[in-house]
Amino acid sequence: MGMILEARAVDYGYPGKAVGRDASLTLSAGDVLVLLGPNGGGKSTLFRTLLGLLPAQGGRVLLEGQDIAAMDRKMVARIAGYVPQSSPGYFPFTVFDTVLMGRTARLGLFSSPSRHDQAVAGRILSELGIADLADEPYTRISGGQRQMVLIARALAQEPRLLVLDEPTASLDYGNQLRVLQRIRSLASGGMAILLSTHDPNQAVLLDGSVALVHDGRLTGPGPAADIVTPASLWNVYGVEVDFITAPNLSAPAIRPRLA
Amino acid sequence: MSVAAAIRLGSSGWLAGLLVPAVLLLGVALAALTIGRIPVGFSDLIHVTLAALTGASGAVDPLVETVLLQVRLPRVLAALLVGAALASAGAAYQSMFRNPLVSPDILGVSSGAGLGAVIGILLSLPAVGIQAAAFIGGLVAVAVVYVIAMAVRRAHDPVLILVLAGVIVGSLLGAGISLGKYLADPYDKLPAITFWLLGSLASARLSDLPVLLPPVLLGLVPMVLLRWRINVMALDDEEARALGLRTGLLRALLIVAATLMTAAAVSTAGIVGWIGLVVPHLARMVAGPNFARLLPAAAMLGAGYLIAVDTLARTLAPVEIPLGVLNAFIGAPFFIMLLLRTRRIWA
Repeated sequence: MGMILEARAVDYGYPGKAVGRDASLTLSAGDVLVLLGPNGGGKSTLFRTLLGLLPAQGGRVLLEGQDIAAMDRKMVARIAGYVPQSSPGYFPFTVFDTVLMGRTARLGLFSSPSRHDQAVAGRILSELGIADLADEPYTRISGGQRQMVLIARALAQEPRLLVLDEPTASLDYGNQLRVLQRIRSLASGGMAILLSTHDPNQAVLLDGSVALVHDGRLTGPGPAADIVTPASLWNVYGVEVDFITAPNLSAPAIRPRLA
Repeated sequence: MSVAAAIRLGSSGWLAGLLVPAVLLLGVALAALTIGRIPVGFSDLIHVTLAALTGASGAVDPLVETVLLQVRLPRVLAALLVGAALASAGAAYQSMFRNPLVSPDILGVSSGAGLGAVIGILLSLPAVGIQAAAFIGGLVAVAVVYVIAMAVRRAHDPVLILVLAGVIVGSLLGAGISLGKYLADPYDKLPAITFWLLGSLASARLSDLPVLLPPVLLGLVPMVLLRWRINVMALDDEEARALGLRTGLLRALLIVAATLMTAAAVSTAGIVGWIGLVVPHLARMVAGPNFARLLPAAAMLGAGYLIAVDTLARTLAPVEIPLGVLNAFIGAPFFIMLLLRTRRIWA
């Protein structure tokens, strides 16, 4: 399996305002990598840099072996799908049209989505179980539904790498788990997945590798069992947690202590 | 509703969203040709059309024929083009700037055209020269705004910087216009300037159409071709780029297109506000936000709206009411009504 994403000692941030330094990671097909860290810790900035939306302030980002800084946006969008934390929705496009927008990188400059593109969008809506939302304006659906639509839009790009910025942040408990399940099945289908979360339980549940993002530094990536420990969580979040193991649990459950 | 139904609706909704504006436009245009101080019946209209097509004459009063072909038809056609141009440019800008409160002169094209016209009048240029000065003024103003915005390299939100630069340059040009008025001969030039700035189609001739039509069509072409990408441009800049758009290039193209159209419209009709702001809203209510339907709906509604307002301007009172004034009197309450009726036009 070829390497899809590689970051080599990437410094990220804005000119004159560094956010983080020296981030290195690699993702191959079928890999899941979770970036775990507190809100405002620079996860989104790192994602933007890894997607070439922000220029790296140092180091290199390689997408399928090519330097992303030299790539056309269209080529990037055919490889990497991006699910932003939220998308405001300025105009009442239907959910169907919103998902169709994911097809843009596969269209000619002057083309509109074809029957085939519509079929792809329709299939993805059905697979994600939100086909009944197709005609609803994006502006009138709930936050959780929007999150699913944004995932559908990224999947409509037919990417080999899916980057999700806090995909479960605005979801209720049930939908959080459904999204995690979806992520797992996409990965077992060969998609490389990079996502961020501030919930250590999710990082452990996904059974991939984990990197901690804290104070502008990356710890890891490595196996969840090595990276997510009571000591590292105390260091990052300043809370005390218990790791609960049981014979029927494949991974430990993490429960915070209330003082 | 199912996905299959949504795909089907994609094609049938096309018709529904366009039929209403098309019928309205046709009705308003026909009515505008018949209404006026010299009444013209629909039968006269048919006869004049037949006579013009076959070359035969005699069936119609020559006065009626002159009024129709030399006076009303040029005005209706000019109103059609100006209205369609302003509404199309407004629709494109509202999508691109992701803001339904944007009008086509947000980047200073109207102020630039106004200053160009003022200079033309002060220099005693002929009518065509004033029109050309206005057109060039509009283009130069937007070019200056664009260059300033590009110079702000660290812009986190390039769209916001563009709007800011537009506001700044617009008010600077406004000061230039005021200075021109202050310096102008109060008996001769000042009324001409005031009249120009108020906007009017009273002097529209058939000979204006070859000047007006090419820039309007030239501006429409990229909007039609890029119709799908304009939808994606309505997302945040970063999202649009993540979906594969070269947003900087597309934005530049659309600004050129909208500026050509608006400058042509303003240099023919003077400053006609409101259409570029209000009509795209109306079009969005009729045809939805998808630009492939929004653009034709906006163009037709804008054309119909301006024909109607111009007809009122020349018939309501014994003296012609300035188009810009009447347009604001009608446009502002109309916009308020729209806001009240649909509290969620854009949400």
